[in-house]
Order: sequence, then structure tokens, then C-alpha cells
Amino acid sequence: MERIVKGKTIIEGEASGIALASTEPVSFWGGYDQVTGEIIDRRHPLSGQMAAGRILVLPYTRGSSTSTAILLESVRADVAPAGIITDRADVFLALASVVAGEMYESSFPMVAVDRGDFESIQSGDQIRIDASGQIHIQNDEH
Amino acid sequence: MISNVAGFETYLTDYDRALLEGEEGPAAQMAMRILHRMLPVYGVDRFMDISAAHIDSTVYMGVATMEYAERLASLGAKVRVPSTLNVSGVDEHGWEEWEVPAEVAGNAIRQMKAYEAMGCIPTWTCAPYQTEHAPVFGQQIAAGESNVIGYYNSVIGARTERYPDLLDICAAITGRVPAAGLHLDEGRAGTALLRLKGVPRALQEDDAFYPVLGHLLGRKASDGIPVVEGMEVQPNLDQLKAICAGGASAGAIALFHLVGITPEAPTVNAAFKGRVPEQVMEIGMTELKEAYRELSTSKGQKLDLVVMGSPHFSITEFKALAPLVAGKKCHPDVEFLVTCSRAVRMIAEHVGLLGPIEAFGAKITVDTCPLTSPMLPARIKHLMTNSAKYAYYSPGLLNVAVTYGRLSDCVQSAVTGRIEREEGLWSEL
Repeated sequence: MERIVKGKTIIEGEASGIALASTEPVSFWGGYDQVTGEIIDRRHPLSGQMAAGRILVLPYTRGSSTSTAILLESVRADVAPAGIITDRADVFLALASVVAGEMYESSFPMVAVDRGDFESIQSGDQIRIDASGQIHIQNDEH
Repeated sequence: MISNVAGFETYLTDYDRALLEGEEGPAAQMAMRILHRMLPVYGVDRFMDISAAHIDSTVYMGVATMEYAERLASLGAKVRVPSTLNVSGVDEHGWEEWEVPAEVAGNAIRQMKAYEAMGCIPTWTCAPYQTEHAPVFGQQIAAGESNVIGYYNSVIGARTERYPDLLDICAAITGRVPAAGLHLDEGRAGTALLRLKGVPRALQEDDAFYPVLGHLLGRKASDGIPVVEGMEVQPNLDQLKAICAGGASAGAIALFHLVGITPEAPTVNAAFKGRVPEQVMEIGMTELKEAYRELSTSKGQKLDLVVMGSPHFSITEFKALAPLVAGKKCHPDVEFLVTCSRAVRMIAEHVGLLGPIEAFGAKITVDTCPLTSPMLPARIKHLMTNSAKYAYYSPGLLNVAVTYGRLSDCVQSAVTGRIEREEGLWSEL
């Protein structure tokens, strides 16, 4: 069955993909492989998972100013997430999408949702972010 | 003028509008377009002026960071406010002494040239506050690089938000930033009170205390504004710098207040701007020792590299190091690396401090550091440092085991070729 979560559009756009979700923030600098799209922060629960082409569900990004540059590199290398869902407006991630639009005409959508909705999205859910910022979630187990 | 971005109303001045419409050229237009799109993400509806910037977009992460710099430069970008440059991806004139791939060096140097072409000041350092370009109290700035953000806000009382790479240069080109967060009085009040309790004065006088305190602030306050009460010692500027680097590595501390020491915290009440702390914690030896232990991951005594200078070494740190190494020899199996700015290296050389340090067997790298330049040989697996930032990031970014120790321990270990620490008060329970 499909359910719909209404979020706040941070960066507009449409994307579909399988969710990769964690309630732990990640630092992209030292935490995201910009060549392969793997989460490489070995202390993070998603360590070893491939985020390229997925809908990445993270509360926010942690740490260094350089996270934005890493995400931009991953867009250029075509290993960025297809879209990102957060629980707040994250300037570091949003900026990467804005600059990717400027440089490579390849921005990705970002939606912020409230904490309850955020925690309801599980890795493996089939997600579609539509142009109005609504999140369509399909989960076979329901 | 009211304008609309992503369904959000924003208020632009005539100047903002002129930039956005391209009247000041295509580079300023691109920079303003990016800033304008980011306004609703910051949750505010207008910009404010800055009078200086520190650019962290200089760090070379790959072809995209280079292309971004070259796009802006080729469109004719010029910074509108004095803008210092953070570290780059290589030591421009010294990279061949290390193992930097030639292609990376070539790209990183192209990126450096692009930022220089925009009129930035080629400081190439992550300690710009220890140059003649340091800002002043109350000055509005756009800074990238987490330790610089911490130092400008906390130690100097200048005002900057935590700017991501790529946005700092847009702010420098336009002279404008979103009127948000730490730029505003209300954004600068403390959130968590940390009371030092039972922390001996002798420990507070030990250099090893400050990186550990910074690390602990990052752990305890995360991205909040910690206020520390109970310091008995007036730290020097290098010690304050060490707190900034530790707090910005283990956490995202952009501002902290030390009561009676930092400029916006004459009293606890002033640091909280009269508000009630969201959190009150006691910090004793148990918490400090735990933080001290967390900074090391090495198990044995093996040592391949001693590295210091994150943030970049100052002239006073060179003055402390020189007599410790004078007349000694670094063990042949150990590399000893100090990272600093070109300017500090030049001063150290001219006043005779580099002689004994190089005679000891140490190498100096400028413009960058091993965290941002792929310079280290693969054989380096065990590293020792007196820096909380090197200690925090080395295991993940360099895939090494690390030991944290004070300056004198680092020197002693480099001489004997194995890790040795004078634990002192850190070992007593």
C-alpha cells in the first residue's frame, strides 16, 4: 500500500528510489565515498551501504564545512543520492544541490519532514518525491 | 523590493537586486543567485553586509571543486571584501617532496590560482587569526573552516555563521550573507552550562588540557553554544585555538564562552544573555580523562609519524618546539612533520627557529596539511600528535592508528622511535 507524507520542500524536484535511512547524522567529509557513493564512516550504522541513486534519509549532516564539496563531487561522478529527506533544513546538503544545478544542471530534491514522519521511513521502502514535495512511500510489509 | 524564491517571500535591497539581475556582471549574478536560493533554507527573508571573509572552498576535493572555482574566475569574479584563503590541496612549492599524485597537484594548483585571481589574500592557512588579517570584535564576517569559525566567534567576538564550502566565496563576491544565526545578538546566547569541578590548576596549566577540553565541548554540546565556568587559568591564544579545533571536530561548536576569559562572557549571566541554560553539566576529572582516552586509538608503542600544526602552527608554537628539539635527533624510522602557513615559516626561518627544528630532522609543509592533501606514504600506519583535530580525523581519513600527547611527549617519542607519554595528572584517579 502507498501512504503519503507531506514535507517542506527545501529543494524542489522529483525523484524515485529505494530508501536508505538512519536517525544518525553523517559527515560527508570522511563519511561518503565521492567515487563510489558508499557510506564509509565506519562508526555510522549505514557504513558499507551504497547511497548512489537511493533516497537518503538522514536527520542532517554533521561536522566539517567540506561536506557540501564532497556531495557536489559525487553529483559530478554520478554517485549522489537521487534525493534526500531530512528532519530539518540542512544548509550543507541543500547548497550542494543548488550548486549542482548551477554547474551541472543536476540538482536533486530535498524535503524536510517532522520527526515522527522522519522515523516512519525505513530502509528498503520504495519512495517517490513528487514536484509538490509530497513523499509517496510504498512498503510491502504494511 | 519583494521577490519570490521557491514560494518564499524575500526582501532585497537595490544592490541585491542589481546583482541578481546581472548589472554587476555574470560572476556576481551567479553568486547572488546561489545565495538568494539559500535564503529560505536559512529560514530568513533578507541579507546583511559583511566586511571580511575567510574562504574554505580552497580545499581541493576533486574536479568539481576546481571547476567551480574556475567557473567563477572565468566569469570575472572579484571579492568585494578582504578575503583570506584557507588551506589548499597541496603545498604549492613543496608537494614533490611527498607522495602527492601529479594530477591532483596540478588540479589543486589550478584551483589555488582561480581563488587568487578573484583577488583573495593568499594566506593559505587554517589559522588566519594568527596573521595580520585577524578580524576585530563585533565584525561581521563569512568564514568557512570549522576551527576558524570557532575562533572568530569565541575568542575574538567577531560574528560568522558556519558557512559551507562553496557558499563562503559567494558571500565574499557579493559582500552579503543571510541575516541569520550567529550574526545576530539573539543567536549568540549560551545553551549549555558546563561547570569545571575538581580540575586541578596544574592540569589547567598543562598544554595537553586544551585540546581535550575542546573535544569534550564537542562531545557534550554537539552543535550548541557551551559556556564553561570555573577556569582558573588564563589560556594563551594557542591554547584557545586548540579548544576551537577540538570542539569543531568532535562536535560542530561554532561558538563557546569561557566565563571571565572570552569577550562575550564576563559573567555566566552575560554568556546566557539572561536566559536559563537548557542544560547544566559538571565536568570533572572522570569526563576529562574519558575525553583524553578517546583521542587515542593506538594500542602499542609503534610510531611512524609525528605531526603537529592543526590548526597551522604559530610562531609561538615554533618557539616552544625549537628548544625541545635542539641538539636532538629524530629517530630514523620516524617522520616528523609540522604544518604551518608560508608567512609563519618565513618568520620562523628569519628569527632562527627553523634551524634547530630542521637539524632535528623535522619537515615543514605549508599551504595544506595531511588531512587535505594526499601526501603521506602508505607505510605510515601509526601517528602521534598534540592536536585534537589531527587525532579526531586521522583514523578515518588516513586509515592510521593515532596517539594523542603533549608537545614534549611527541618530541620524546620521535627521538626514541616509540610512543612514550608522561601521563602525570591524566593517570591519577
